[in-house]
Amino acid sequence: MAILVIAEHNNGALGAATLNTVAAAQKIGGDIAVLVAGQNVGGVAEAAVKIAGVAKVLVADNAAYAHQLPENVAPLVAELGNGYSHVLAPATTNGKNFLPRVAALLDVDQISEIIEVVSADTFKRPIYAGNAIATVQSSAAVKVITVRGTGFDAVAAEGGSAAVEAVSGPADAGKSAFVGEELAKSDRPELTAAKIVVSGGRGMGNGDNFSILYSLADKLGAAVGASRAAVDAGFVPNDMQVGQTGKIVAPQLYVAVGISGAIQHLAGMKDSKVIVAINKDEEAPIFQVADYGLVGDLFELIPELEKAI
Amino acid sequence: MKVLVAVKRVVDYNVKVRVKADHSGVDLANVKMSMNPFCEIAVEEAVRLKEKGVASEIVVVSVGPSGAQEQLRTALALGADRAVLVESNDELSSLAVAKALKALVDKEQPQLVILGKQAIDSDNNQTGQMLAALTGYAQGTFASKVEVAGDKVNVTREIDGGLQTVALNLPAIVTTDLRLNEPRYASLPNIMKAKKKPLEFLPPDVLGISMTSTVKTLKVEAPAARSAGIKVKSVAELVEKLKNEAKVI
Repeated sequence: MAILVIAEHNNGALGAATLNTVAAAQKIGGDIAVLVAGQNVGGVAEAAVKIAGVAKVLVADNAAYAHQLPENVAPLVAELGNGYSHVLAPATTNGKNFLPRVAALLDVDQISEIIEVVSADTFKRPIYAGNAIATVQSSAAVKVITVRGTGFDAVAAEGGSAAVEAVSGPADAGKSAFVGEELAKSDRPELTAAKIVVSGGRGMGNGDNFSILYSLADKLGAAVGASRAAVDAGFVPNDMQVGQTGKIVAPQLYVAVGISGAIQHLAGMKDSKVIVAINKDEEAPIFQVADYGLVGDLFELIPELEKAI
Repeated sequence: MKVLVAVKRVVDYNVKVRVKADHSGVDLANVKMSMNPFCEIAVEEAVRLKEKGVASEIVVVSVGPSGAQEQLRTALALGADRAVLVESNDELSSLAVAKALKALVDKEQPQLVILGKQAIDSDNNQTGQMLAALTGYAQGTFASKVEVAGDKVNVTREIDGGLQTVALNLPAIVTTDLRLNEPRYASLPNIMKAKKKPLEFLPPDVLGISMTSTVKTLKVEAPAARSAGIKVKSVAELVEKLKNEAKVI
């Protein structure tokens, strides 16, 4: 078996989710090749070569792949993918964007967001916002799969020595163009990779009040997340949203502050090792999944907590 | 221009589903069904495009069981002009649905197809992208803003680090994210009027498509339950537990 893993990157740096995806590929077993498609991706390819367990790094360096527009990248991956038994991508917004397009070009069904490899053709994935776990088997010649990063421990980023091979694929399809992007700036750890996540909900009251969470997070070295209610109310930008429709996190410690614990929020964080809930409503559903619950006013408790740590 | 909107009948998002004892699936008998929340946003966006004079006709389509008529009527009450149901009682994969939609796109020739980004039952997040591949159209997934300008559509997309804007040639496929809009409610007079709007039934074989899948579900289980937690009385106790018992800080 040979497995093709599509690297997550921003042309400058390799995305951490790639390492979790390689870990899933190792569980399937077989020779692992990593595809780096983008523009001026020399640095990313160098990082990919060092990933433990990778046999080959394919580099497709072309202006058409610069922003990884699916109209251009999917035909490349489909063309390469035909030679592999499995094509894997991280279940990031980028992976979710182009990989189903690849699957349809190969005329196979895709398996989304696997959390466990049972065997080379059988996988587990959550459905119904994580309220059920389905075991699915694929009979496709090329198994096209996205991998939920929090389901697999990352492989080592160092120690590998893969061979590098330049590949080329179809040119710009001319159907779409990148116009621009607005990225939220943050010095804190990335939400999906952080060991500790502190999240705020509607109970925070307004955006300014999030400063007490930022301050606590900085003390803990934590990332800051939010519930959909907090995002919809405009307290924080949407890329901080944790949940079925936002990011899926599974840190060592998740601190939910002023979050009631709706099904769609729990889908994004209930695999955290330890969950702490701080809420003034002792009936809030979040307390049913919390390892440690503290009932009270968050505006008193959070500063007190920060001081105590 | 003509806009095609795909909607799915799913278990209502407020329902906490239960896994069947024989592990064959989740129990959907006597459970409240609704339109998938992302599909509601898709219908709303199409209606707003019509209100702005950009769209001339909205065709709403569902691929699924006969019960999906209910969701199509809802979409008609919200402002869609006519509906098509591709009727199949099988459990359909995203690829099968995308193939059925491709056949309808060939027939209806819409300039824009709007779908939700994912259905809250299968959580696949595939159909829109697959339809884009099958039709060869450009795709604007996870849209939080859609602006039609001449023969292009500018789509602002929600990506991991923030927002990204792409310009797509029409015809194009757009999938909706939560923040694209806030769907309206259907008024009673509109619900009555929707009953008179046309709803066409098509079996998949009329469209010449096979509904077979390369993926089969072997088993559906409940997720591992978390062991019951405790309520602590003070911040001091919480910090002590986190340090000594859970050892996470």
